[in-house]
Amino acid sequence: MQRYILRRLLQGALLLFIVALVVFALARVSGNPIDLLVREDATAEDRAHLQKALGLDRPMHEQLYIFLTGAVRGDLGQSIRYRRSAAEVFFERLPNTLKLLPLAMAGALAIAIPLGVLAAVYRGTLVDRLAGGLAVLGIATPQFWLGIVLIYVFSIQLGVLPSARMGGPSHYVLPAVTLGVFLLAGMMRLVRSSLLEVMGSEFVKLARLKGLSQTIVIWKHCLRNALIPVVTLFGVYFALLVTGAIVTETVFAWPGVGRLTYEAVIFRDYPLLQAVILLKAVIVLSVNLVVDILYAYLDPRVRYA
Amino acid sequence: MSTEASSRGDLARLPWISFSIIVVLVVAAVFAPLLAPHSPTEQSLPDKLRPPAWQEGGSMKHLLGTDVLGRDVLSRLVYGARVSLTVAAVALIAGGGVGLALGILAGYTGGRVDNFIMRVVDATLTFPTILIALLLAVSLGQGLGTIAIAITVIIWARFARIVRGEVLSVKTRDFVALARVHGCSHLRIMAVHIVPNVLNTFMVLLTLHIGFVVIVEATLSFLGAGIPPPTPSWGQMVSDGRSHIASAWWLSVVPGGAIMLVVLVFNLFGDWLRDWLDPRLRQV
Amino acid sequence: MASPGRVVLEVRDLHAYLYTRWGVVRAVDGVSFALREGETLGLVGESGCGKTMTALSVLRLMPEPAGRIVQGQVLLEGEDLVTKSESEMRRVRGRRISMILQDPQTSLNPVFTVGSQIVEALRMRYADGVDALRRLAEEALRRVKVAAPAERLRAFPHQMSGGMKQRVVGAIAVAGEPRVLIADEPTTALDVTIQLQYLVLLKEIQARTRLAMLFITHDFGIVARMCDRVAVMYAGRIVETGPTRALFRAPRHPYTAALMASVPRMEASVERLPSIEGQPPLLHHMPVGCRFAPRCSYVDDRCRREYPPVVPIGPAHEASCWRVEPSPPSR
Repeated sequence: MQRYILRRLLQGALLLFIVALVVFALARVSGNPIDLLVREDATAEDRAHLQKALGLDRPMHEQLYIFLTGAVRGDLGQSIRYRRSAAEVFFERLPNTLKLLPLAMAGALAIAIPLGVLAAVYRGTLVDRLAGGLAVLGIATPQFWLGIVLIYVFSIQLGVLPSARMGGPSHYVLPAVTLGVFLLAGMMRLVRSSLLEVMGSEFVKLARLKGLSQTIVIWKHCLRNALIPVVTLFGVYFALLVTGAIVTETVFAWPGVGRLTYEAVIFRDYPLLQAVILLKAVIVLSVNLVVDILYAYLDPRVRYA
Repeated sequence: MSTEASSRGDLARLPWISFSIIVVLVVAAVFAPLLAPHSPTEQSLPDKLRPPAWQEGGSMKHLLGTDVLGRDVLSRLVYGARVSLTVAAVALIAGGGVGLALGILAGYTGGRVDNFIMRVVDATLTFPTILIALLLAVSLGQGLGTIAIAITVIIWARFARIVRGEVLSVKTRDFVALARVHGCSHLRIMAVHIVPNVLNTFMVLLTLHIGFVVIVEATLSFLGAGIPPPTPSWGQMVSDGRSHIASAWWLSVVPGGAIMLVVLVFNLFGDWLRDWLDPRLRQV
Repeated sequence: MASPGRVVLEVRDLHAYLYTRWGVVRAVDGVSFALREGETLGLVGESGCGKTMTALSVLRLMPEPAGRIVQGQVLLEGEDLVTKSESEMRRVRGRRISMILQDPQTSLNPVFTVGSQIVEALRMRYADGVDALRRLAEEALRRVKVAAPAERLRAFPHQMSGGMKQRVVGAIAVAGEPRVLIADEPTTALDVTIQLQYLVLLKEIQARTRLAMLFITHDFGIVARMCDRVAVMYAGRIVETGPTRALFRAPRHPYTAALMASVPRMEASVERLPSIEGQPPLLHHMPVGCRFAPRCSYVDDRCRREYPPVVPIGPAHEASCWRVEPSPPSR
């Protein structure tokens, strides 16, 4: 198990290195990186100063060394828009996103699992078809548009929920729904199909042969097996969630790192964008590592492999 | 029993509604200049923010109303279809092609190459690749090429993973061994014997991903990293209309609804195609 | 072989169909047999002839929602199981009728320990505390000759060999001290050497508890070793039943004869039958007359028109074939 964790850590570090390389290289393929890294109205003096500070006049491998050592120390450059450390800005915003993501994830799970179970148990019935229809719609709906429609209906027409920024509990409703729906649709389908597969397996027959009730067989014997693929795909879901947070926070003016990403794009704040990307990469990789360990707990076949 | 014959879709079960909408859409995209009632970029400030025809204050002149600059929403929508489908086609061919090539390479070669490619595939699937796409847009500048590269980065891994699995099963069949015995080169075997056998799967994957790519493109446009204005794109239209949602709901709702409809019909069509050509892909 | 006791399980004219999207599959189509205490009845036939469906419908565990018992009775010590409610059936399963499934690799739940799965079965029967149940589980493993049972209880299924898993499945099946045990090809997935040990084990359990056993197999070698009587099934119906020895000496139904002819040595299996031309009928496209008619070498017009009646041949020996002449009742 320890070797497994160690191996995964090394893989994560390698991946992070690759992302850093991409960030580094992309700043330099499009001509003079200084154009990307300073304000448009910067004086020639400012430019020369920064060029020197970043070592842009030196050979490429030295530049890379400066960039990487800086990144490891946590120095990811100065945000053009905020005129201060990009990493600092990121960590200021991070808590706001961390309040939203788990909520959306938990909500999606809390609805997807029971709904997927119902659809599988009552397959072919109205319940199943309704759930299936909702899933198809959920997957086809662009997240940003769903957010806007929700704002139009619940904030503007009905006036029951706030449409933007953070605040009391009611502020969380629309963003969490927007963020969760897409996830929910995919998860529900997965729970349904994997549960159906498990329900047809021999060990389920054996469980029923013991005289266990259908309810216990499904919730105890089937569900845990059926959730294994859901956990396997957690990494994919988390990536979707991080992507979705960019859109959702933009729509709801939610002051988190997703919105920060959007700002970095809109204001062409390359230093900020590269910091955001590297830090998000660290978070995503750590979460994946934790999930893999959790997965090993859920499936003993992996634990003792 | 007869599961194989029956779980397959057939022509009789073709989702006619979806299919007709796709045909209408493609026709609209191809003949946009003939079909659009107005120019998509022509501004007319006196006509600005007209509601759709069925609402009070709307007129038949602008069926779906006008935007802040007085541009006709319907015309922009029709031209936007052109943009969306072009981008989707280019990006799918690029991303699907890369995925196909790497999937075949991984599956056919096996061993370390396979191991390495699949590691990268797993890493890509669990990484919010849209970040790389945004980075590309900022560093390379917006445009069709950038979007194609960005979407390639996002979707190649999904293709590679499934194509590889398919190649693994094709590889063990006798005609591949026979070709080896006859002294075919690896490259020739891949091109002549493997590719045709995974083509069905590939076509199904392409269809199933049209909707996804349309959403990704719209999302990039929405985030300011898509096709640059004034070219009408649906994501951009939703984004532009956002600030007027209280007074002019149609500006965001109409193009967004169009995206949803398109994704929906392509997904339904893709599901049918999968059941028809390649029912084993069901778990995808 | 044990002396015949009283009848424990009697199946009368059972019809169980599968209602699929592509038509009705008459998987069990008029099956009757009786099973006595301490006796082993072999149910033999090619794959897909309805053996497993017969077993599952006795337990009312046909695949849902497609499977349904349409007609007939399943009498367990005189009580009809067909009319029982699901919750009444739960008290039957495991405690009065139990079953060993074919594939030990997939019969145990991979995410729970072996111990918890045995305890779960015991708990349905005994209202003891956890510690007592664990001791019982240990005892159950010891009885199926698993070495170091206390340790094995903590193991997960994937840490065991196929033979060991099937012993665990056996332990679970007899944990509730059932009167009837259905064994559905319990050794097909095992190595030949382990097969024999397992069969011996089943016989020992039977000798100790006077279980009535329904033994489903397609292996005549196993039939010869295990069964007191044999029922040969073809396309949803039993075509011939009789005492093992009589049936082996003189099979009367052409299908039985062909089955045996295709197995020159008793050890071979009859999963595929090279000597019988053609395929078994699709269960949803059943011929009108005798179902074996299209493949039978002795077929005539009557066979194609009408299903043959059951003809008594000798003591407890009967067959459904137009060619069979009833023998005098006393011999």
